[in-house]
Amino acid sequence: MPKTLFDKIWDAHLVDVQDDGTCLIYIDRHMVHEVTSPQAFEGLRTAGRSVHRPQATLAVADHNVPTTDRSKGIANPESRIQVETLESNVEEFGVPYFKTDDIRQGVVHIVGPEQGFTLPGATIVCGDSHTATHGAFGSLAFGIGTSEVEHVLATQTLLQKPAKNMLVKVTGTLPDHCSAKDVVLAIIGKIGTAGGTGYVIEYAGEAIEALSMEGRMTVCNMTIEGGARAGLIAPDQKTFDYIQGRPMAPKGAAWEQAVEYWKTLHTDDGASFDEVVELDVTNLAPQITWGTSPENVLSIEDNVPNPADEPNAEKKASIERAIGYMDFEAGQAIEGVAINTVFIGSCTNGRIEDFREAAAIAKGRKVADGVRALAVPGSGLVKEQAEEEGLDKIFVEAGFEWREPGCSMCLAMNDDRLSPGDRCASTSNRNFEGRQGKGGRTHLVSPAMAVAAAIKGCLTDVRKLG
Amino acid sequence: MEKFTKLTGVAAPMPIRNIDTDMIIPKQFLKTIKREGLGKNLFDEMRYLDDGSENPEFVLNQDAYRNATIIVAGDNFGCGSSREHAPWALNDFGIKVIISTSFADIFYNNCFKNGMLPIRVDEDTLNKLMDDAERGANATLTVDLVSQTITGPDGGEVKFEIDEFRKHCLLEGLDDIGLTQQKSDKIDDFEAKRKADQPWMYR
Repeated sequence: MPKTLFDKIWDAHLVDVQDDGTCLIYIDRHMVHEVTSPQAFEGLRTAGRSVHRPQATLAVADHNVPTTDRSKGIANPESRIQVETLESNVEEFGVPYFKTDDIRQGVVHIVGPEQGFTLPGATIVCGDSHTATHGAFGSLAFGIGTSEVEHVLATQTLLQKPAKNMLVKVTGTLPDHCSAKDVVLAIIGKIGTAGGTGYVIEYAGEAIEALSMEGRMTVCNMTIEGGARAGLIAPDQKTFDYIQGRPMAPKGAAWEQAVEYWKTLHTDDGASFDEVVELDVTNLAPQITWGTSPENVLSIEDNVPNPADEPNAEKKASIERAIGYMDFEAGQAIEGVAINTVFIGSCTNGRIEDFREAAAIAKGRKVADGVRALAVPGSGLVKEQAEEEGLDKIFVEAGFEWREPGCSMCLAMNDDRLSPGDRCASTSNRNFEGRQGKGGRTHLVSPAMAVAAAIKGCLTDVRKLG
Repeated sequence: MEKFTKLTGVAAPMPIRNIDTDMIIPKQFLKTIKREGLGKNLFDEMRYLDDGSENPEFVLNQDAYRNATIIVAGDNFGCGSSREHAPWALNDFGIKVIISTSFADIFYNNCFKNGMLPIRVDEDTLNKLMDDAERGANATLTVDLVSQTITGPDGGEVKFEIDEFRKHCLLEGLDDIGLTQQKSDKIDDFEAKRKADQPWMYR
């Protein structure tokens, strides 16, 4: 029987199937960070359990780390304790770890692919919903809670039921000044934030194939914002080229053997999906969120909705609430709205290609007066690469702050956060109330659109900058 | 894990769509290394005013709902991050049951690991239960996991669906890890086969 890519990976990881259909699946790769792991390690300690396979695990601190001078340590005592707790746990349980002063340190979902820890056909989990990122390599990757982190540490398996299959087929050629971020925002706008609940999404079509690995990671990363735990893309030559030679990637004969297998990882002709969504990106305009849910997506030339047009009472109330929080008038234009903060970075858009895209717009221009603009590389290696290419100078000359790597203002667990009433054009993944700081207002955009907003001091159409 | 069999309690209405994990427990409270103590910061940004005092508008600050053990919520409850701090905060406050038309997958799963019961119902049922909940402390709901029913204050009963294995684990208060470790032979066999078939996965 023809199988989907998801079905193939799932079937290859079945350890046991109970009579009621609950499956025990094997987990190949487990990434760990400081926020969602302390209680899991504590649970192991209390029960006298060990880590089943430390070498299948990789830990890094990212959420709490300062993006300013690292040598001074972490000022906030709770943040410091959380990072120190991770350090003592990895030591006690023998888990590989990149220290905060290691050049390989960075946002967990940038580090995994960069090191060749992320491989096609693998099951990959992390106590973090943006684990979906790794699906760009044709791996089944999803976020889990802390109890499940403990379960994976102890057993290298998880109890799961199979998800349903959704195909998102993206056709056409992406226009200039649009990138992977615009594609995924458009998809979420179309399916809604609960549209993917219960599904694993496979992204396919010529517009997906045309994306770089970085772009594919951006698309898969935000799958969770469409409600699906995992998004995946069939591996191809681009995938293999990206992985080859990375420190933890297979080498020699093992590499050849792996590639042979990886070439079988695609959906078979005639395999059926429970749901199919199509999107033609030929005429896509730069996308932006107006509200407090990632499904509140508009083209930059469009207007904020009017709740009076919404027949469903619950949806109408949610539009009213979002308009109130974002301090908008019903039906107003989104373009031209003043911003005072710009954030470029995160596991969504913190890779080298994102900084190249941003620098191309920033070059020779200046950040508008009164705008605070942060450029935060996703890892030490991304930072190093950007500096080798001279991108840091472009950002600094334009008036950006060029920072140390980490999650930073995506969720504001460190000192990088919005104050009440601040409005931010952000390349991150969530625009929830208070996400980037209590009372802060977030507009999700691509790196190019974020820079355009920094230059103009307002939400603007990057295409008009030329 | 604590068992869950039957609960009678006050249900608080939260007719808001997409109540996300940042609303349930904002990130500044994720710096803890413990599971306990998060209840005081549940729904922190909605629950407290800027000066730290209680927002009287917020449902759980109203006398009728201070002791709520059930929340009846709008669609897609628990969307956003994987943070188990969200169910931990609800549990610590005393909320054991959440009823909605849908839940985000990770949140839904996390609830069961903490002896809590998320219940999916259809839209008409949700509207009815929301009306019941609006009636305040006089209107309690009874949730019976064994019979898979919710009984309203007027005696009306609705059935709900739940996965058999999850039901079993909740009723018995079973520890997943202990159950899985009973299958360690199967895990060992799987690993041996995998090492032979896909040696590149082992480093």
